Amino acid sequence: MEQIITNGLLMGFIYALVAVGLTLVWGVMDVINFAHGEFLMIGMYTAFWMYSLFSLDPLIGLPISMIVVFLVGVFTYFAIIRRVIDAPGLTALLATFGFSMFLKNFAQFLWTPNYRYINDAVVSGHSIKIGTISIGTPQIVASIGSIILTILVMLFMDKTRTGKAIQATALNKNTALLMGINTKKMYAITFGLSGACVGAAGALMSTFFPIYPGSGALYSVLAFVIVALGGFGNIKGAMFAGLIIGLTEAVGGYLLGTQFKYALVFLVYMIVIQVKPKGLFGW
Amino acid sequence: MVKDKKKLLIIILIIAVLPLVIKSRTVLNALVLLLIYATLGEAWNIITGFAGQTSFGHAAFFGIGAYTSAILFFRYAISPWFGLILGGIIAALVAGIVSFPFFKIRGHYFAIATLAIAEIVKQIFVSWDYVEGATGVSIPIIPRDSSFFTRLINLQFNERLPWVYLTLILFALAIFAASYLENSKVGFYLKAIRESPEASEAIGINPRKYKLIAMMTSAFIAALAGSLYAQYILYIDPFMMFSLDISMKIVLLTVLGGIGSVYGPIIGAAIFIPLSEFTRIQLGGSGTGIDLMIYGLLIVVITSYQPKGVIGIIETVRNRRNKNNDGGEGKGEAAS
Repeated sequence: MEQIITNGLLMGFIYALVAVGLTLVWGVMDVINFAHGEFLMIGMYTAFWMYSLFSLDPLIGLPISMIVVFLVGVFTYFAIIRRVIDAPGLTALLATFGFSMFLKNFAQFLWTPNYRYINDAVVSGHSIKIGTISIGTPQIVASIGSIILTILVMLFMDKTRTGKAIQATALNKNTALLMGINTKKMYAITFGLSGACVGAAGALMSTFFPIYPGSGALYSVLAFVIVALGGFGNIKGAMFAGLIIGLTEAVGGYLLGTQFKYALVFLVYMIVIQVKPKGLFGW
Repeated sequence: MVKDKKKLLIIILIIAVLPLVIKSRTVLNALVLLLIYATLGEAWNIITGFAGQTSFGHAAFFGIGAYTSAILFFRYAISPWFGLILGGIIAALVAGIVSFPFFKIRGHYFAIATLAIAEIVKQIFVSWDYVEGATGVSIPIIPRDSSFFTRLINLQFNERLPWVYLTLILFALAIFAASYLENSKVGFYLKAIRESPEASEAIGINPRKYKLIAMMTSAFIAALAGSLYAQYILYIDPFMMFSLDISMKIVLLTVLGGIGSVYGPIIGAAIFIPLSEFTRIQLGGSGTGIDLMIYGLLIVVITSYQPKGVIGIIETVRNRRNKNNDGGEGKGEAAS
């Protein structure tokens, strides 16, 4: 049981990093980015190609993954989001839905649907034993990396001028504009930052998950639930919700059978939202 | 109570004549899918367009309808006509029971809850042996030389023409039901709730009651479309029936066709279904995913470079049609 709880928590930290990226965009721009899972997939593929073409370990390649997906995020903002952000209702969401379909199939077109693995990364094949608990090194490195990056994002948002400007933009775009904040630039940075988070998550996950064009899709649905559970736009909320979902998945999978673990995750969301209609940390 | 009855009849008449003019199997297939999706769009429009509750989980009701008729036929050889009605009732009940607790939840939180419902339903069907789990249900095929009457009872046809008319009848029922609802007292209550739940409650409308009516009607119609779809393609599995892709396609075509308008779904379907069929036929089958890649790109281009364009263009068409009184946009696209 300790083993299962540990596994759940470790997975939870990674979910948290994926969800932090999504919640940033959601909170600041009120845009549901359906392509978020595909950003994760791009992060994983970047790590894979760095590894197989230049023998760069995913850990060393991590900044490259971050930069690549950061750029994808900024590109997405300028090419698509900028045009739909003021459109009514669900238009922005549908644009990102189309974009996710494009990215997934573009990856399949370029790199075939085959599963790819990174087998002999620095972290692979080791595990650490603490008492009766044994933890795989890839998982522990991924969780520590996720924790560090999540904290960095929080610090960035709270302590830096840019972070504060982003928050101001989120609160009221027009007032922020009047205060001399370049809101377009803030949106672009937010989208890029969201991409960087999920790119890092992709690189960290690439050492113990198969890499294929559809590898991000499952996590994007989970990330939606995590973000909603934590309260839209709330980074701290996303982190706690990520942990809760990771735990639920591991413990639920153990108690009820793995086929029901995601059903249980969704059930947890549906129950929590009855008590806290705006998520755990929503207001 | 149905406003613009003439306009609706003209749209239906044009679709009815279309298969007599163009006999290509490809076009008829696209027309059947178009009508099924347009029906789903009408259903979705009732809860989201009228009542303002965004649903990302309509695939659940579509799938429940499909599974009810398919399983009854597969296990007990019961006519799909019975399954069709029963599926509608089950879907409406499920929709009522599971969504009722969520009506107090606003906006995106509700949308994610509907997404969660659809995912849970999918997981249940994947591991439920009675419905053949992840293997899916292959609907038993009746002998090729059966009489037309037997075929009608069992809802299996050798040609596509009967399918066009069956799905057209369903679509006609859906659009008339939606139009009736829109102009009924319930419709006005729903719009009041959409605009301001607090204000409508203050004047004595019970939001939960009317949202429940909208949700159950919507699920019922979606399930009927599901039953016909299952009989049309003769094979269903949980991954394709309950996929987020189906839920999102419904949202896509209704929003871009015109959310909250009874014409929206048919306009949207007339643009997106032929587009998807065209890319699939021209580019699909190679296994490279290039068809969906192009389709995704087209969605991006349409939504982001002409965010108001599609709706705007249609608005002009609508105005012109009002003047000339000759309906039926979408005819041109359906033929492509």
